[in-house]
This record gives sequence, structure tokens and C-alpha cells, in this order.
Amino acid sequence: MTQSPTLSRRPASSTSPLPRKPRRRGADARAGYTFLLPWLLGFIALTVGPMISSLYLSFTNYNLFEPPKWIGLDNYTTLFQDERFLQSVGVTVGYVVFGTPLKLAAALAVAMLLNSKRRGQGFYRSAFYAPSLIGASVSIAIVWKAMFGDAGPVDQGLSFFGINLGGWVGNPAMTMPMFILLTVWQFGAPMVIFLAGLKQIPGELYEAASMDGAGPVRKFFNITWPMLSPVIFFNLLMETIHAFQIFASAYIISNGEGGPAGSTLFYTLYLYLRGFSDFRMGYASAMAWLLVVVVGIITLIFFRTSKSWVHYSGDSK
Amino acid sequence: MTTMATPTQSTTDTPAAYNPKSESVGAKRAKSVIFHAVALILTAIVLYPALWMIASSFKPNSEIGGQNTSLWSNNFSFDNFVTAMDGIGGVSTLQFFTNSLILALGAVVGTILSASVSAYAFARINFPGRSLFFGMMIATLLLPFHVVIIPQYIIFQQLGLVDTYVPLLIGKFLAGDAFFVFLMVQFMRGLPAELDEAARIDGAGHARIFRSIMLPLMKPALISTSIFSFIWSWNDFLGPLLYLNTPDKYPLPLALRLFVDQTQSSDYGAMIAMSVLALLPVLIFFLIFQRYIVEGVSTQGLKG
Repeated sequence: MTQSPTLSRRPASSTSPLPRKPRRRGADARAGYTFLLPWLLGFIALTVGPMISSLYLSFTNYNLFEPPKWIGLDNYTTLFQDERFLQSVGVTVGYVVFGTPLKLAAALAVAMLLNSKRRGQGFYRSAFYAPSLIGASVSIAIVWKAMFGDAGPVDQGLSFFGINLGGWVGNPAMTMPMFILLTVWQFGAPMVIFLAGLKQIPGELYEAASMDGAGPVRKFFNITWPMLSPVIFFNLLMETIHAFQIFASAYIISNGEGGPAGSTLFYTLYLYLRGFSDFRMGYASAMAWLLVVVVGIITLIFFRTSKSWVHYSGDSK
Repeated sequence: MTTMATPTQSTTDTPAAYNPKSESVGAKRAKSVIFHAVALILTAIVLYPALWMIASSFKPNSEIGGQNTSLWSNNFSFDNFVTAMDGIGGVSTLQFFTNSLILALGAVVGTILSASVSAYAFARINFPGRSLFFGMMIATLLLPFHVVIIPQYIIFQQLGLVDTYVPLLIGKFLAGDAFFVFLMVQFMRGLPAELDEAARIDGAGHARIFRSIMLPLMKPALISTSIFSFIWSWNDFLGPLLYLNTPDKYPLPLALRLFVDQTQSSDYGAMIAMSVLALLPVLIFFLIFQRYIVEGVSTQGLKG
């Protein structure tokens, strides 16, 4: 990124380069909306419009072939008596609550391991990141299913230690740990973000702490954790929202049914089945809106509580 | 491998940990050995599923499950790939490849075109409503997209566009991935404002500034967007599952699912071989661009 020195007389902070004149303003408004046109069109036609109609549909019975019939809150009240729905909530919450913290803990631990000047860091970073790129693909879901299947390599490996589970895929008690391992395996994406955050922490802080006789545990809790808190917050928020939306692997591993015994009936899978197998579009819309509300509430709680533990240093953007 | 530094931050290895001077050379060496031992064990665990997949794709069916746990087989063969290339449902795997390629390249072109102009508006033009729209764009990053799939499906169904690639591509041409718009906005904000200023004094309009100044400077962001939008489109499953219903239009993930449904337990080897084929471009991309992909993630907060 070379930049001719004669150009950089003033600091590069302002986004509106010229002193505003009324004429310019009108031209800018026109240009602004012209350039924004693709996004604006998409936003209205593919996001706002559908959201409004999905809200409307959630109060109707609609099967795609007959006109929607207004039924008020029926979909919502039925949901809470629907055992499969409640099961899908349980499955998803279990996955989010156990999978996300484990994944982030693994990401942070490995990031700290890699955050020192040693040979091969680039190789390790790339190797650990690779699963994040392929983890949600159908291919990996198939591999996971084969590896954790009856007499698969994982089973074989465990029987070496005298543990016999008889396959994870067909055992309702073991499917959740299998999915959690799948998400933890993809710790590379948050790890790389943690690494970038760790590099921003000034070494002098650790130096000073060492002089005062602080051990690694105190250094972690008094320096690393607070200094890294904005990055921890970002990763926690993104990974949580992300985890709620698991679909492809759930669909493939459970043959699109959520089995065995509904133990892999993730929320989005049940939404898909209701909407696109049973054609209960109104019901599925109600499910979608509940998901939006829940994710919205979680985001809000995260932002509210973050004030007490997330520290932004003065010079951050 | 070229290193394309972004203006936001460089990720060269700098030691953040403090090494007390009292540490002896021996202790340092021991620490280094422990570090590499731990890191290598972790690498082995993390890469094992991928290695197992590749190794199994060359093994005869009888050796994939059961007591055979070693990755290496003495009966190494390409038979599984030959079977996998035959395809399924009367459609050859080459056709699925072509379909995936069309969708992925379409996604790249659409995203680059639409996200870059939209990002220019957000980053460089001052117009009323900009911050409001920017906030909305950020909000869509957090929005579960399941809330829009049902109405979108209904719209495309009523337009008679189900079982075409239009529903899968139109969003890309309308800057549907807010993520990439955001990434480009952040990138452009890092470019010096004096560039536009000078061009404006010379009488250039926004179209010209965008085309002749911004686009060339945005190369790193455009490349990173292209890589990720290609890979995400290549791996996408839900979109094609919703919209496509004739096998000769299927991209690879959907073909793979069809393959699994029809071969279930009978031809494990071919199933794994096809999984490898479906991931091949992603693996190749990763090997070529790995350093850049990983740095792109750390500097822009991309998600895998």
C-alpha cells in the first residue's frame, strides 16, 4: 500500500473529504443512494419484506397451496405443547451451552500456546484453522458419522482403553457429545481471532507483573483476561449466535430426521421439517420468529452484562 | 505465497510473553521441546479426521470399518474414485462439479460487484441516513437467517423460480452477505481520505474515484472476499436443498446427500471418495492461500 508523501499532509480521519457546500450535499446524497442501491434493494426485498411477511405468516395457517388463514396466537401456543418442539429446544440449548464455552476455551488455550515467538507458528495456525473451513460441510458430516459410527475409528480407539460405547451415532446418550466434539474441533476460527487480540497486549504489562512477583495464573486473570475481554466478548457473541443455527451436519448425521430418539433434532432441523416437509409454513414462521426473539434477547443480555467485564482501552477504535 | 498486508493491522509474530533473563539456555530448550510436542500432538488430533477421510477413500470397503484402524492400507486403489465419478441418478459427478462451480463463481462475481459499491457508499460518501442504514446492515449480521427463508421461498415459488439458480444467486448480487460489505467498509476506512480529496479537486466524481482509486487499492479485501465467498458457496447445503429438485442441477453437497441416501451401507468407500471430491477445491484453495486465509480471519474477524 504505497502512498505518495505529498498527499499525506492531513491526518486520515475524516470520511467527508471536502468542506460541505449545499450543492455538493445534494450530489452526495444522490451518489450515496446510487452506490447503495444493490444493498438497499436486497435489504428491502430479501430481508425486511420477508421478515414482515414471516411475522404475518406466524399468525396464520399456511400450506403454500391455499391462502393463509389467520389463526391469531395459535401457532405460538401450540408450540409449547409440541413435544418435538420442546425437545428441539432442549437439544439446541444443550449444544449451545456446552459446545460454545468448550470451543472458546480450547480456542483461547491454543491461542495462548501459540502466542510466543517459536518456529512453526504459521504451520500450526493453519493446521488448526483448517477444520473451521470445512467443518460445516456435508463431507465432514459424513466423515464424522463414519468415524463415530459402530466399530468406527473412535470406537476402536476407545476400546483400546477398555471403553466400549458401541458407537455414538445410534446411541441417544452419545449423539450430543459427538456434535459438541464436532464444534470444538472447529476451534480454529475463534483461535485466530484470539491470537490477533493477544498480540495487541503490550509485553511491558507482563514484564511489570513479573517484577512484582506475579505467577502465570495471576498474570492470566489480571492481565490477559481483562486486556482480551473485547475479543472474548466478540467471539462469545458470534459463536453463540452461530451455534443456534447448526443445520447441515445435523441434517446429514441424522438422515434428515433428528434421530435417534430425537436426540439430534436441532431447532433449525425441526423448523425445516415443519416448513418444507409438512408444509406448515405458518408454524415454521412462528418458530423462526421465536428464534429471532431469543437470539435478540441473548445479544441484549450479552451487551448489558458486558459493561461489567469487557474493558475497552482508550486508544481502541 | 505473497503476504498482503492490510492497513488495519499486521500479524507478524511478535513476542508478547516476557522471558525472564534468569532463564538458562537449557530451560529454554526444554520449553521449546515441550511446546512442539504439545503442538504436534494437537495437530495430529485436529488433522486426523481429514487424514482418515483421505486415507479411507483409497481403501477397499472391507478395510474402512471393523478392526482396521491403521491409516495405511496395502490394497491402495483408485476404485472408489472411479465409482464416485460415475455419479448418481444418471448424472455424472463432473456435472455436479460444473454446477458447483457455476454457483460458486456466480457468488464471487455477485458479491464482489455489489458489496464493493455498497461499501463505498458506507465508507466514503456522506449522505443522510447513512449511519441508520449502516446500523441496520450490522444488525443483519446477528439476525438468524431462518426468519427469512420461508417468505423468500414463497416469493421465489410464486415467481416460478424454484429449481433455478436465481434464488441461490440473486442475494449475492444484492450484497446479501452483510459480512463482506462490513469487511470492505472497514478496509476502505483505513485508506487515506486525501486520495479522494485530491481526486475531487481534480474534478473526479464518485464513480471515477471508486473505479480508479478505491478498487485498485482494495485488492486485498477483494481477494479475501472472493476466497471466502467461493468456499462458503461451495459448501452451502441449505440453499440448494430448499431450491433445487432436479438432480442434474445439484451442486456437490446435495449430490453427496443423494449418494448417501441411495448407497447407505453398501458402498462406503465410494461415499468417502465422493466426500473427498466434494472438498477438493476447498482443500486446494486452503493449501494455496492458507496463510492469507488465516490472516484475513485474524484481521477482519471473518468466520469459517
